[in-house]
Parts: sequence; C-alpha cells; structure tokens
Amino acid sequence: MIKSIATRLLGAIPNLIGVIVVTFILTRALPGDPAAFFAGASGSKEAVEQVREQLGLNKSMPEQFWIYVRDLAQGDWGTSMATGQPVVTELATRLPASLELTLCGLLLAVVVAIPLGILAATRPGSWIDHTCRAVATAGVSLPTFFSGLLLAYVFYFLLGWAPSPLGRLDPYLSAPNHVTGFYLIDSLIAGDLETFMGALKQLALPAITLGLFVLAPLARMTRASMLGVLSSDFVRTAKASGLSSHTILFTYAFRNAMLPVLTTLGMVFSFLLGSNVLVEKVFAWPGVGSFAIEALVASDYAPVQGFVLAMALLYVVLNLAIDIAYGLIDPRVRLDA
Amino acid sequence: MKHEKTLLAINDLSLEFRTRSGNVFVLDKVSIALAPGETLGLVGESGSGKSVLSYAIMGILDVAGQVTHGDILFDGSDLLKQKPKTLEAIRGKDIAMIFQNPRTALNPIRQVGRQIEDVLRRHTDTPAKDLRRRAIECLAEVRIPDPKLRYNAYPFELSGGMCQRVMIAIAIACRPRLLIADEPTTGLDVTTQASIMQLISELAAKNNMATLLITHDLGLAREFCQRIAVMHAGHVVEVAPTEAIFDSPLHPYTAQLVRATPVGQTYLGDLASIPGFLPDLRRTDLPPCRFAERCERRAANCGRPLKLMAFDGDRQVACHQAEVTEQVVTLSLQIG
Amino acid sequence: MDSLIPASVSTPDNSRGVNAAFSRWARTLKHIFAENPLSLIAALLFVAMVIVAIAGPSIAPYDPLQTNAGDPLSPPSTKHWFGTDSLGRDILSRVMVATRLDLGIALSAVLLSFAIGLSLGAFAGYFGGWTDRVVGRIADTIMAFPLFVLAMGIVSAMGNTIGNIVLATAIINLPFYIRVARTEANIRRDAGYVEAARLAGNSELRVLFHHVVPNILPSMMVQLSLNMGWAILNAAGLSFIGLGVRPPEAEWGIMVAEGAQYIVSGEWWIALFPGAVLMLAVFCFNLLGDGLRDLMDPRKRT
Repeated sequence: MIKSIATRLLGAIPNLIGVIVVTFILTRALPGDPAAFFAGASGSKEAVEQVREQLGLNKSMPEQFWIYVRDLAQGDWGTSMATGQPVVTELATRLPASLELTLCGLLLAVVVAIPLGILAATRPGSWIDHTCRAVATAGVSLPTFFSGLLLAYVFYFLLGWAPSPLGRLDPYLSAPNHVTGFYLIDSLIAGDLETFMGALKQLALPAITLGLFVLAPLARMTRASMLGVLSSDFVRTAKASGLSSHTILFTYAFRNAMLPVLTTLGMVFSFLLGSNVLVEKVFAWPGVGSFAIEALVASDYAPVQGFVLAMALLYVVLNLAIDIAYGLIDPRVRLDA
Repeated sequence: MKHEKTLLAINDLSLEFRTRSGNVFVLDKVSIALAPGETLGLVGESGSGKSVLSYAIMGILDVAGQVTHGDILFDGSDLLKQKPKTLEAIRGKDIAMIFQNPRTALNPIRQVGRQIEDVLRRHTDTPAKDLRRRAIECLAEVRIPDPKLRYNAYPFELSGGMCQRVMIAIAIACRPRLLIADEPTTGLDVTTQASIMQLISELAAKNNMATLLITHDLGLAREFCQRIAVMHAGHVVEVAPTEAIFDSPLHPYTAQLVRATPVGQTYLGDLASIPGFLPDLRRTDLPPCRFAERCERRAANCGRPLKLMAFDGDRQVACHQAEVTEQVVTLSLQIG
Repeated sequence: MDSLIPASVSTPDNSRGVNAAFSRWARTLKHIFAENPLSLIAALLFVAMVIVAIAGPSIAPYDPLQTNAGDPLSPPSTKHWFGTDSLGRDILSRVMVATRLDLGIALSAVLLSFAIGLSLGAFAGYFGGWTDRVVGRIADTIMAFPLFVLAMGIVSAMGNTIGNIVLATAIINLPFYIRVARTEANIRRDAGYVEAARLAGNSELRVLFHHVVPNILPSMMVQLSLNMGWAILNAAGLSFIGLGVRPPEAEWGIMVAEGAQYIVSGEWWIALFPGAVLMLAVFCFNLLGDGLRDLMDPRKRT
C-alpha cells in the first residue's frame, strides 16, 4: 500500500517538472524584452537593468532555468507592482478565499449531482431521469460568468434574497480570527454565529455558480456509470442471491460506479480552477483569481505567472490525491502496480 | 410425469419481451417438473429460452420481460404471485443460482470471503462474530485450498475455476433446496469443467439439493443429469430419463442434437449439423410447432395445435410424428 | 436495341449513383431528426448562426460602433430590440456582428488544434516508440494545467491580441485531438488494408497519410464539433476578464463584461442578450456534436 502511494508520488514528478518548464518558457517567451516586461511600464532604464540582472537574462538558457527554479524554491516568485508585496505573500494571503469558494462549489455539485445520477439510473424513464439528462446536456453549455451574473440579478436585484455580490463579507461584519483562512470554519471556531451566517450568505451565490458548471459532467458520468454497473453480471448475481436492494445499491453498485466518477473528478478540478477566476471577477471575491485579473489589466506580469504556477501545482496535487484515492478503492490497480 | 412430491413445477409458462421492434415470444407454454434432490438437464441451442426460463424462476427478469400465461410453483406456492419482499427472501436461500463467466459474476472490488458473508448475513441468523468463520467453512466445502488465505482474495486474483467455486459457495451457503446452474462450465478448461460438475453433484447429493443444469453441452448433461428436458425456440420438445434421450430420442430435434454430439471416437466429419436457423420469435404467425420449418419428418398434420404429451411411462414429447419417429429410430439403430 | 441493355448499364455517368446516395443521405437525416428533434433545432440554429456570421454587418440594423444611436442605457424597445448600452450603441447590432468574431476565433482555434493534433497523434499512434513518448509527454504536460488558467498564462505571456487568444485556445484543445488520433491510428496500424498498402510498396508516410488518416477523420470530426462549444466558451471567458478583444470591438464575452456592472443595478439587457446568445451558440454546437457522435456510434447514446 505504501509502495503504491510512493509509486504514484513518483509518477507525479514528471508533471511537476513539465509545469515548471512550461511556466519558465512562458516567462521567457515574452515578446520584446522580458526584463522591461517585469520592470513594468514605468520602469526606468536602471530598473530594467536591475531586473535583467536579477532574472539573469544575460546568461544562457540552462543557467536561466536553474536560476528560475532556485528562485521558485526559495519563495522568490517576483513582486506585485500594485501592492509592492512579494507575489508569494499575496498568493498565500488570498489562497484560502479561493479554496473556500472552490471547495464549497464542489461540495454543492457533488451533493446534487451524485444522488441525481443514481436516482436517474435506478428509475430510468422517470422525470428524474429526464431532468438529469437535461441538466447534463444544458449544464456544459453554461458560461460560468453569465450564470453568475444571472443568479446575482435574480436573487439579489429582483428577489433581494442574496446579499450584494461584493466579496466575502458584509462591510458591517469583520473577519474572524485567522486560523485557517476559511471564514466558515474560523467563525465557527470563534463561536461567532453572526459572522458565520454573514460569510455563508456571501458564499452562497458564487458557490452555486461554480457548482452549476461542474454539476453537468458529474451527473452525466454518475448516471452513465451507474447504469452500466446496474446491468453488470455481478449485480445480477447479487440480485440472484436475494440481497436487499439497499445492499445491492450501496455495497455492490455504488462503489463500483464511483470509480469512473472519481476519474472524472480530474477534469472537474480543471474546470473548477479555471471557472474560479471568472466567478471571482463577477462576485468581487478577493481570491487568487481576482488578484491575477487585476494584475493582468495593469500589465503586471509576475503575479499572473505566479498565479498560473500556483494553480498548476495545486492541480498536480489534486490529481495525485485522486490517483491515490482510486488506488484505495480499487484493489486491481493497487495490487497490480 | 407426476411425482409424489414435486419441488418445482412450471406449468404452461408463456413469456414475451417488449422491445422497440415488437414483442418477442420467448417462451410458449413451457412445462417442467423437478423432484426434490433430482438433477434435471435443460438443453438446447442458444436462443432456445433456457436462460430466460431460469431468470423467470428466480424473478430476476429484465423489466422488458412479461409473463403472459402460466405459473411457477415452488413447494406449492406460485412464485409469480409473490410479493417482491417474499421473493427476495427465497432467492439465495431456498433457490440459488450460479452463472457462467464466474469472474465477471463476482464483485471485482470486494473480497470473496465478504461476498459469502453478505449472503449469510442476509438469510441466516449467524451472529456477526461467526460470519467470517462460516464463510471460511463454505470456502473449504467447495474445496478451495487454503480457505483462510483465500478469504481475502479478490476475484481477479483467482482462476476461473476458483471463481466458480466461490460462486458455488455463495449459492449453497444457505443450503438451498434448488440450485439453478446456468452454463456453469462454459469458458472453463475441460479438467476444471469435470471437477466443478463433480463438486456440484456431490454437494447436491449431500444436501438433497435439486439441480437444474442449463447447458448446450449434451455430453455434460448425459454425465450428470438423471433426466433431460430439450428446448427449442421457446418450447420444451421432449423430456425423458437421460439414457432414453440418447438411446431412443423421440423428437426429430432431439435426434439431430444427439447425432450432432461428439461421443467417444466420432470423427468430426461424421457429425451432422442441424439445417436452418431458429425462427424469428417476433413473428405473430409462428406455427404451433416451431421446429416444423427445419424438420425432416415434417408431414401434413404438423400444422395442428401441439403440446407436450405423455408418452410411454415417464417420457414426454411434443411432436405429432412421435409414434412414427420411435419406429424409425429403432429401425435406424438396428441398421447403423 | 436499348431493351437488350439492362437499365443500370445504359446510364454512362454516375448520376444514378449520386442521386441514390443523396436520397439515402436525406432519408438518414430525416430519420435522425425524427428520433431526436433537438438535433433538428440545433441544426437550424447552426444554419442561422452561420448566416448571421457571414452576413453580419450588412444585416445589422445599426452600426455596431455608432455611439448614441439611441439614448444610453435604454431598455429593449421597438427601435432597439435588445436595448442600448452605456454609450448608446445598439446591442442587437453588436451581438450580431460579434457572432462573426466569436465563431471566427473558435473555428480558427479548433481547426488549428485539429490539424496539429491529428498530425502529432497519428504519427505517435502509428509509429509508436519514442515519437509516442514525446507526443504523450506534450499532451500530458498541457493536461497538467487547469486549461483555462494555462490559456490565461499563454495570452498574458505572448501579448494581449486576438491572434494569441486563438493560439492559446488551440493549445489547450490539443490534447483531445492528439488522444483521439493516437488511439485511432494505433488501432488501424495492423489492419488488413494497411498491410496491403505497405506490401504494395508504399512508404510508411504515404500509408499513414493516404490510408490511415482518412479513416481516422470521422471520429476526429465528432471531436471537432464537440470542441467548438468549449472553444467558444474559452474565448468568451478570456475576453470577459479583459484578454484579447479590446473595446470598442463587439464580442460576446466583452459585452457581458461591460454589462456586468449594470446588471446589479437593474439594467439587465446589456449583459443578458450577449450572454444568452453565447449560451445558445455553445448549446447548439454541443447538440450538434452529440448528434454527430450518435450518428457514428448508436451504442454510445446515453
């Protein structure tokens, strides 16, 4: 078991290297003078030369790569021109906000999609089945930024149920003491229910927007996988053994059906991390996505590259987690490796 | 044929499948009886309805399958009229079933020992702490070597023969009175086939368990069954004690099946094949005898309504030419 | 004399064959549309979009760049069906003209992806060995990124132009084409007709491009239509956050961005119409893609 986890960890390393190489190419593939790029539009000649020195742009490519990796490892990911802070610090400060949003979106999607898919498969031809298929087809066509705006319009402007889409917390409330950076968790730890509800209300619309987008592939895969498993030979054997429908559904069908769904999660995370950026813009969410967008607009490139690298690293870790989880559930993969 | 005690009696069962291209008349007035402890072979080509019949008995038919006539009496009560909960209690406990392709018929991500436990937990009062021990005993009963170790195995780690043994263990764990074996040896190599069938025979004898052996392998049926029922295109065409089927088959189809079965030193070239194909069971104009169109003994009166008729003691046959057939067969046996 | 010649021989040209083939196709199409009415709607939508894309500026009621064509921020009316934006420009005209840009970007990106992905994938699947490993590595490296984030990185690094939007979208779609082409080429590598072509003396390259690739095309086409919707979403998303298209250019994503600030104060039409049309376009291509896929393999119908 430990061995298979170690194997998977090793397997993630080529991806890690690939990500670092690509981001290196991107930072050096800038048109014109990369140094001027990073020094910014207002950079004086001395500033540009300074940046050139720092980045080692006068050296050979392999040397530059080595400097790049070394800087990354030491936590020097450049500086944000807007705030003057190191990119790493900004990213670290803002990451919990993005993570909280992404995780809530995922949770919502899973909580709806999987039961929906299961019910659609166990009751073929019913209204649930048709709803599931409609959601699966329509959901993938939804532009996240548009659905977010629509939700804000309907639930905030028209119905007044949701608060103003202006960030994580109502200006009257103050952020809870920082433990994890997740407002929901921190406010509960502090026993502050008012802040908890406030944070939850602000989180609702953006999380639903994110969740809606990934609902479709999850529901579709759950339904398809469940249908396949329910007509499999071993479920037939289970039925012939007179096992209760509860046992058949959960012990025999569900666990097997979840395997392809788990694999789909990889793609789902890719969508989530990408759509996160759009949702953060729509709802003025102070996460890493809006940080990158603001930097983009200001032609400040170090934060953008830092953001890309951070998201890619996170994604590699998430995929690794999925791989390991899969190995835990499916012995065929675990023992064969 | 009437036995004093009949364990399973299928009377005039008709069944159809509703499909997009029409109704398929899969079974037509099928009648079969099985005594306690008896081994009955159900033989026929693919598509003859043997498996569908077994699914109907177990109550695990596909949603598209509808019984349109007849009943299935197990121990006197009609399975078709029982509530689903009652059937669930019977399945796996009083009537059990094993399938072909044993490796895919077992849950691939669950240890085999735990799959046996699931059945024990469901149908018996075995206390939780004894479940594991009982499961290991079941594994030993089907002669799996090193059962304690094999308890933890997954199906993909076992050979086809071992998987079939596991499936048998699951089936007999609760001592059913009827075992339905649907092509249990197809896909296994010949020596494994023999040992599996041997195992089933012994278990049946030991536990006074009736067996319905479904197979397309006539040779297998001959070796392990006391009686054989021959099916063709959804009809039972002949039922007789095993040796009678081989010595003096009455129905033309049975006769051809026997001739097509390699026995001992037959040359492949001497084997006869049966001409034609199974009739399309979606036709609404199917004749009373579904074999007539391929039959070499077809005569003018074969269009008359047909049913399984008693013949000469404990034999049954569904053929208007049966009398004639017997004489012809006796004659040809004397000559050839 | 003519009566001695059987009818099928007396027609010298292939018109009989062509007509027969055409009517067979027409019947198949009718059958598909009857089975699945949604694909008929999708097909009609597709045709409508293509017409608007091509004719765009000529059929738009107003000049899309004309400010103060009407009162700024006026809701939909008979004069301006989709209302006007903050600069008084007619939204309907802008949405119509944007069709050409959005579809153009998506199509260019997808075609570029298709061409490169097909070549790389077919090579890798057919020849195997280190080609396969290298191409696999390229695809894996792209897939190691959350795709939209990678697109952001590429556009920010290479310059904020529409050309780079196309390039970025093409790059992130590459792995899908590579994978399909690779699998299909690999399956056909040892097929009978391929062996025959080799034995006939064709070079491996010729065998690959003249015999294997034409057989891969159907599944690649399915991938193409499925990808169009995704490419449109990506391009619009990138413009929404300010990449690629610059004002006053009319493009669906940027129009939604412009309308975003107004929607929470009630002027819903500025963002809604471009967004709804965007959604319809993506939906249309997804349905078409599904329909094509069902056409190719009815077993895959969910």
